[in-house]
Amino acid sequence: MSFVAALHNVEVDYARGLALGPVSLSIAAGETVALVGPSGCGKSTALRLLAGLESPTRGEVARAPGRGETAVVFQAPTLAPWLSARANVALPLELSGVARPEARRRADEALARVGLAGAEAARPAQLSGGMAMRVSLARALVTNPRLLLLDEPFAALDEITRRALADDVLTLWAASRPAIVFVTHNVEEAVYMASRVVVLSKGPGRIAGDFSVEGPMPRPAHFRTEAAFRATVEQVSTALAQGVGA
Amino acid sequence: MSRLAPLILTAILLAIWEIACRALNVAPYFLPPPSAVAVALRDHFPVLLGAAWGTLSTAVIALVLASLIAQALALVTALSPLADRAIRPLASVVQVTPVIAIAPLVLIWAGLDHPERALISLAVLVAFFPIFSGAVAGLRAADPDLERLFTLYGAGRWQKVLRLRLPSAVPFLLEGHKVGAGLALIGAVVAEFSAGSGKVRGLAWQILDAGNKLQTARMIAALVLLGVMGVALHALLEAVERAGLKWWRGR
Repeated sequence: MSFVAALHNVEVDYARGLALGPVSLSIAAGETVALVGPSGCGKSTALRLLAGLESPTRGEVARAPGRGETAVVFQAPTLAPWLSARANVALPLELSGVARPEARRRADEALARVGLAGAEAARPAQLSGGMAMRVSLARALVTNPRLLLLDEPFAALDEITRRALADDVLTLWAASRPAIVFVTHNVEEAVYMASRVVVLSKGPGRIAGDFSVEGPMPRPAHFRTEAAFRATVEQVSTALAQGVGA
Repeated sequence: MSRLAPLILTAILLAIWEIACRALNVAPYFLPPPSAVAVALRDHFPVLLGAAWGTLSTAVIALVLASLIAQALALVTALSPLADRAIRPLASVVQVTPVIAIAPLVLIWAGLDHPERALISLAVLVAFFPIFSGAVAGLRAADPDLERLFTLYGAGRWQKVLRLRLPSAVPFLLEGHKVGAGLALIGAVVAEFSAGSGKVRGLAWQILDAGNKLQTARMIAALVLLGVMGVALHALLEAVERAGLKWWRGR
């Protein structure tokens, strides 16, 4: 399988010391990878390295996607308050030179894909937290990225909205199969959404476990109650506890 | 009821003032009763109104100029870190220098035949800083993650300024202009006092002139007009700020 992005023996120093590494991690095309680990282990740093938004202090980052082929969703919706949902979603296209009418048309399509048809003209302040997150997701998808990075995207949402969005992400993933890397604290969410779960130890983070998750995508109903799911959650939790203790 | 409260309090204070003046036989040149102020306001109304217009137009022109200069400089500091290092300390010097202290110098530079230029320059000096610091803060207030997205999608420096940093600055600009407008009015009055000549026919001159002639009622009438003007300007800019924020945020 061809790789989309990879970290080779990467280390990142911050002013207070080593933040991450050394870490080596290769993301294959079309796989969904969850990065789990305790606070401060450098998960978000790893994500920014994969996005090309940050450079490592030592080591190498290899990235296959060209300009506009990587998309990031942050913990907050990170929308421009002065723009409508449509204009927010159209922004990545307009910045890369797509003409406005075409960009807005594709933005409306992306909004429809995340279930927000009819909310195109709404401003972020008029949307609920879950809806704003969907706009953010639509903005990430509108460019048809090869690599989609999500930094604790649902952390601020309630459990029901979280689960609905997790299923939506998997449905959207099935349509165009981008590689997805997402950071989360939540082991169940990681195992549910990912075909591969990478556990980082406490900071400076190193890889404390790398598990593949069996099962179809998007997940069937009652997937969370299956024995295989419970077993993987248990394995990941154990690796996480050892990583914290290490 | 609560909206009437300040009016009721004002009426009570005016009544006490009026009764006290009459009961204690206070000399009118020392403290005229409100009724005498009202009469002075009526008698001198055209002149006072003209003077108020003069002061207000000085303040408004100064606000427009200060706005243009402050925003242009703020934009330069946003685009170039070097310009930022160079300009910001100088802007602070402008802020901490009392306008009354620079006034004589500015009056000389403007030329004795053009005191109105000096008035406008001085009011610009006072109104400049809140708009400038608001604009500088606003241009830095863009959400860092949103800025990362702009970088990710290959936005250039100008695209970032025009499509991210300027729109992010709008609430700060509205606030800066509200404060700046109040200061422009104060600056205009202070400058008129410093100019202190009959060539400048603003409200401050009315106050000085009436004071010299011991026409205390006219002095107070001019002050009342100044107060009304200040409150009206403030209310107008509050409304502009509210409307602006509503437009910016969409609700």
